[in-house]
Amino acid sequence: MKNTFALIVLAFMQMSMSAQQCNATLSGTIRDFHDQTPLVGATVLVVGQGKSAFSDFDGTYRIEGVCEGTYEVELSHPECRTTLFRLEISGDMRRDFELEHHLEELEEVQVVGELLPDNTNTAQEQRLSTATLEGYSGGSLGDALKEISGVSSLNTGSNIVKPSINGLTGSRVLILNDGVRMQDMEWGDEHAPNIDINAADQVSVIKGAATLKFAGDAIGGVVVIDRERVAVQDSLFGKTLLSGMTNGRGGTGSTELTKTWESGWYLNGQASYKRLGDREAPDYILSNTGMQQLGLSLHAGKRLLNQGWDLDYSFYQADIAILRASHIGNVDDLIESINSGEPSVIEPFTYDLGVPRQEVTHHLGKLNYYLRLKGLGKLSVQYDFQYNQRFEYDVRVGADRNKPALDLELTTHTLKTDFTWDASGNLEVTAGLLGRYQDNFADPDTGVRRLIPDYQRYEFGTFAIGEYRLDNSWLFEAGLRYDFSRIDAKKFYRTSRWEERGYDIDFPEFVVEDLGTQLLTNPVFNFNNFSATAGARWQLDLQSELRANYALGQRAPNPAELFSDGLHHSAARIELGDLRIGNETSHRVSLAYDRNGDRWGVTVEPYLNFIGDFILLEPTGVEFTIRGAFPVWSYRQTDARLLGIDASGYYQWAANWETRHKFSITKGTDLNLDQPLINMPAAITRNEVIFRKPEWKQLLIGLESTYVFRQNEFPPNIFVFSPSEQQEVELEINTPPEAYHLLGLRAEMEFAFSGTLKMNTGLSITNLLDTRYRDYLNRNRYFADDLGRNIMLQLKFNY
Amino acid sequence: MNPFNLNALKNLKTYLPLLALTGLFLVSCSNDDDDPDPVNEEEVITTMTITLTPQGGGDVVTLQSRDLDADGPNPPVVTVSGPLLASTTYNGSIELLNETETPAEDITEEVEEEADEHQFFFTVGGSLSASTAYGNFDGNGDPLGTEFTLQAGDASVGSFGVTLRHDLKKPNDGSLSDAGGETDIAQTFELTITP
Repeated sequence: MKNTFALIVLAFMQMSMSAQQCNATLSGTIRDFHDQTPLVGATVLVVGQGKSAFSDFDGTYRIEGVCEGTYEVELSHPECRTTLFRLEISGDMRRDFELEHHLEELEEVQVVGELLPDNTNTAQEQRLSTATLEGYSGGSLGDALKEISGVSSLNTGSNIVKPSINGLTGSRVLILNDGVRMQDMEWGDEHAPNIDINAADQVSVIKGAATLKFAGDAIGGVVVIDRERVAVQDSLFGKTLLSGMTNGRGGTGSTELTKTWESGWYLNGQASYKRLGDREAPDYILSNTGMQQLGLSLHAGKRLLNQGWDLDYSFYQADIAILRASHIGNVDDLIESINSGEPSVIEPFTYDLGVPRQEVTHHLGKLNYYLRLKGLGKLSVQYDFQYNQRFEYDVRVGADRNKPALDLELTTHTLKTDFTWDASGNLEVTAGLLGRYQDNFADPDTGVRRLIPDYQRYEFGTFAIGEYRLDNSWLFEAGLRYDFSRIDAKKFYRTSRWEERGYDIDFPEFVVEDLGTQLLTNPVFNFNNFSATAGARWQLDLQSELRANYALGQRAPNPAELFSDGLHHSAARIELGDLRIGNETSHRVSLAYDRNGDRWGVTVEPYLNFIGDFILLEPTGVEFTIRGAFPVWSYRQTDARLLGIDASGYYQWAANWETRHKFSITKGTDLNLDQPLINMPAAITRNEVIFRKPEWKQLLIGLESTYVFRQNEFPPNIFVFSPSEQQEVELEINTPPEAYHLLGLRAEMEFAFSGTLKMNTGLSITNLLDTRYRDYLNRNRYFADDLGRNIMLQLKFNY
Repeated sequence: MNPFNLNALKNLKTYLPLLALTGLFLVSCSNDDDDPDPVNEEEVITTMTITLTPQGGGDVVTLQSRDLDADGPNPPVVTVSGPLLASTTYNGSIELLNETETPAEDITEEVEEEADEHQFFFTVGGSLSASTAYGNFDGNGDPLGTEFTLQAGDASVGSFGVTLRHDLKKPNDGSLSDAGGETDIAQTFELTITP
């Protein structure tokens, strides 16, 4: 030890001897890069000379007796990343430095807790951690999101899960995948987001249209999927997740590798594959409910403090089989299914994916560039490209057996730019522009009439949002946004439908060509949407805060709402859009109380969402064809009111024992008809007891109870003429199923191996008691019970 | 290298061509204004014509269901040419057409070619005095029903249902619930049997 010290001293002496003069002075000011405020207490060290100084209250420093020559100068500050500068020192030298004080671009990888800043300060926002998402590696995004109080899902079976926020789904829920708004035909009830949950590091849910930076039409909310920020340091790390499950007799494998460099470069690759056979209800196999899914993503870029770029590509492909028994012929079959209580087709277990089935492919490419301007702010520009292909295979015969019944290609280009002005300490303003072009192509080779027509959509948007920090306890934010969209479609209408809808009177100018039994039409619509938001946050103390927010959101109708026209084979229903449908406008007022203590925490989020001209799809009657009668589902507009509350909390009872509680309820009312809205989620409560023993390999055991109440508020059923019974019968298409209670158990442990290799194991059992149940928001509830017991084993390796 | 020394604006210039390129991409992708092709609808059955010919001669009775707009709003037009005669056996034959195409496509041939995947079912309403028997069968000897016989009994009035299913269970017990499958046609006719 003594010798080492002596060696160092010697080395220093040699260095100082080799330098000619040691009477130079280095002085200057150290400031924050963003707002140019002086940094107090930063250390300036001339490496190799052992000379150092602290910056004082006005950020100035001074080091005397420095030897001349070229040296590395190290700057460090408790809240900044240590940075090295190379300097040629001579004489009385003045040099000012700037340090990145915010750390937002340079977030370390191993930060515990929140990886990314909140998207909104005053609205209701909840997030899922990487650990929670990893637990759902074998599930879907929609399943994971249900961990958040107030988020439910509209399902088609168990593999197609569409997130629903406070009772609103589809086009009202925007999915923002790593900064890109997903354009994956979200208008369909049985179209799940084309997202591989394994590619997400963190997911947050913002309730309501409170984030104008992304869009103004997210009346339900925004699901923000983010990847980890990359550290500017040399490192190589990865993880691999393997999970297997008994229900479906399959599993998922996912692996990810990240390489980062000190120079700011990074490379990241991720891949996952999932395969499931038929799922099982407690009493029978749910025939034709298997799936396979492949996800790949590649990211590369260079991220520095003052500028950087990212190039991303992701690929998603899923083949999802849809319960065979849900394909029905006509209204008699539907009545029979509802009455029989058992699926009409039950076959032995298989991994084969039969019909009905959907095959979706999504490509996403993104190029993003940002530039930080000293003392001004940050400019970013992003271009993204998305290509979505959807095939739906139906039960067909003969030569058409292997031909898709639906074949849509949706291509989207988006160019957007925004500038954030954050030079002032307490005011931050962001303004931006967006342009989008979208093309939908419906392939006529299917031999089935197009459900959604060919169309082109043009969008332009601009926004400005600002937040003002009054003092340590009060923060205000406000925003404005304007969006223009134009949809230009080419659609064939049966002449009989065109006249039945009264379009011949209202829209004769759209007719391009009369082909006898059908008309080629060219509907063109322009929509102007205004949205605004205002809110305040009051920090009550270190642990608790109160937020209030008002959001005005406007949404233009989607192609399904305007143009749907035809028999949806796999759903055995005729869906009718309406060309007269216009914008819907939401006024949402929300409050949030958040307390996050060591022992206990609670979040209470009440809201009122008044939606003018709310667009809804509901059963309205039947139409007769030679194949029998089919229920007709029509879109219409009404004024709606959604009132609800989401609450969650936790309590640490003892060192090892904790309980967690969640409750949420939504009441939706059709104000024009004074009746309940269709498809509103039932009240739900989830409660979990958790036992932790970190000494035992991080042991965690949790027992969770989920109780879903019966939805007692639903619109009236319709009466239809049943050809087989030769009389009017009540079609119980709206009657919700009974309440149900499910138990779940999970256990986790962690094992550390040599080096950085770590393994987490997790065992979880859902529907522990193999309870028979049906859920109101599962479109397959008419045909079969929901999933029975499922035992899942998961292994996770970090290296 | 000193990350703060970079001339940021100069660097932006190097990216500008890239951005311009993406802009170009955006423009070049706008579609030409070609009109889409109409869909050539397949597997559509618009018209079912049942010809009932009395054995030993007499007036032919025709039952027809015709739905020219298929899944469109108009219901099928159902016609019965006249009454049946009591105590008479009729030879029935069924013709299926897709009249959305010109000339109309004969679907009967397709059904007969794939006889093992199709079957007609005849449902005689309780008040109608009649019975049916299959007249043709698939390769496995299971009933098909594009040919059948109808035995008219006493004078009565009632319904006569005709259902065509595909992808069904064959052989089955003759009931629709046991057969399962997909409905191609489900049509009911009001029949009168006169003495």
